[in-house]
Amino acid sequence: MSARRKGLFGWQQRYAPYLFVAPFIVLFCTFGLYPLVKSIVLSAFITSGPKSRVFVGLDNFLFLLTDPDFGKAVWNTAVFAACSVGIQLPLSLGLALLLNRKRLRGRNVFRLCFFSPRLVGMVFVGVMFSLIFAVRFGLLNVALNALFGTSLELHWLGEADYVMPALVLTSLWMYVGFNMIYFLAALQNVDLVLYEAATVDGANAFQRFWHVTLPQIKPVAVFVVILSTIGSFQLFELPYLMLQNSRGPDAAGLTIVMYLYENGFVTGDLGYASAIGWSLAVGVLVLALGQMVLSGTWKREA
Amino acid sequence: MNRGMVARIGVYAVLVVGSAVTLVPLVWLVACSVKNAEDFFAYTFFPPPDRLTLGNFRELFRQMSFLRNMMNSLFVAGTTVMVQLFFSSLGGFALAKYEFRGKRIVMVVMLATMMIPAQVMLAPLYELICRMRLADTYLGLIVPGAVSVFGMFLFRQSMLQIPDELLQAGRIDGCSEFGLFWRIAVPISRPMIGAFCLIAFMGTWNSFLWPQIILQSKELFTLPIALNQLVGLQRQDYGVLMAGTLLSILPVAMLFLVLQREFLSGLTAGAVKG
Repeated sequence: MSARRKGLFGWQQRYAPYLFVAPFIVLFCTFGLYPLVKSIVLSAFITSGPKSRVFVGLDNFLFLLTDPDFGKAVWNTAVFAACSVGIQLPLSLGLALLLNRKRLRGRNVFRLCFFSPRLVGMVFVGVMFSLIFAVRFGLLNVALNALFGTSLELHWLGEADYVMPALVLTSLWMYVGFNMIYFLAALQNVDLVLYEAATVDGANAFQRFWHVTLPQIKPVAVFVVILSTIGSFQLFELPYLMLQNSRGPDAAGLTIVMYLYENGFVTGDLGYASAIGWSLAVGVLVLALGQMVLSGTWKREA
Repeated sequence: MNRGMVARIGVYAVLVVGSAVTLVPLVWLVACSVKNAEDFFAYTFFPPPDRLTLGNFRELFRQMSFLRNMMNSLFVAGTTVMVQLFFSSLGGFALAKYEFRGKRIVMVVMLATMMIPAQVMLAPLYELICRMRLADTYLGLIVPGAVSVFGMFLFRQSMLQIPDELLQAGRIDGCSEFGLFWRIAVPISRPMIGAFCLIAFMGTWNSFLWPQIILQSKELFTLPIALNQLVGLQRQDYGVLMAGTLLSILPVAMLFLVLQREFLSGLTAGAVKG
């Protein structure tokens, strides 16, 4: 190998990693980092359209604290997150436990069935369920009446009290099976020897679950809880589509991201929208950190 | 019957009922799309076979530019996935298999931004895209989505397992550094590529908020945007709406059937072993 070729070869070996990450970094800085920093700046302005821009410091954030619509949006989103995570995850874990039994036939078929709703995008689920919740011919009312012999005509999406249950039900349909996949994978990683040892020690099924299974799948469980919480707080498409691009009766379907969208892209105040965005980001971050600290994950990762 | 039998039957019963509840809405969707307007309210599910109709689908293509919307979605999602795939696998390779200055910083900054909900960036990103004169264009849809931090970490994770000896052997045989990526790292990571493609495709295919913000012209509408318009337009024509929904979710379902095995293992790989 000639000296020249060797030099070129060594050169490209030394600089290759920089060239490989360069396009990624450039894109990341332009469309990730820059907007992120810029949104902090924007949140200190009241804007309307591209020209008019007034510096207001922290006033946007102060105003958020007393904005009743924002309060409503936070409340709705938090209730949705609490309900959907709180009901969803025990169901997912339960299904995973059933599917994890030895000698279960058709496990893959069941797994595929439970997972399938995840393939339907949120928007399309919204369109579909807006009809499932329809008053007279909607599948849910028809099914309820057939099962219980009643003749209910529940206005799922037309009455403030029913909007949140409808949203939570829909999210259960979408995500119970999806999160089950994580739990099932975690369960299949638990060492069988641990169960045998527990059985020898005289532990019953519940004790085995509580003292062996739960600690073993805890890291995955924490991961799923945090991911679901973050996802729930970004709720937008589902109510927006189900309530036909409105907040719903009494703003029962108004969420934080919907409020951000309304302010930034309907009213045109990008500054206020950025302030809403950062409130959401900080809230979600605090929640996620809180969940990590409470579950003791933090210590191991730090 | 002993206790074991009862328990088994119980388990199957719960699983069967659960699957039924999960699948019924999808079956209902299919049923609604093949009923004509008179039968829509008369039958909860399918009408008798001789009353089945494809009229809703014909209406869909006649009344709106559904085909155009479908093509828009395919083009935007396909391009975005390819661009994301190339840049994030290349970046992931560098982060997995090389030591270089600034590597730690890059990784920490990216991890930190992953914790922040993307909606924070909507307003400045919109300003930026407008200033670049990309509002209401395909590029305006594709470019901001071209970078996937998640994908880069996914590929870094899987490429860490490539033995250094293998790369060294390639170097001795005169392979360039890009050749090592293209001829060794990429083929080895094939399962991860399958999983990533599906995840990325679903993300772009189903994306609503960003296209809703930057698209104005009807010719550029992707399926989610077009369907949202349809909801507003034809309140009475539920069959057409359901036919549109069904066709909109079909491509993802088909891609899933092809990539199923890779997808389910890739999905949980990071969570369980990480």
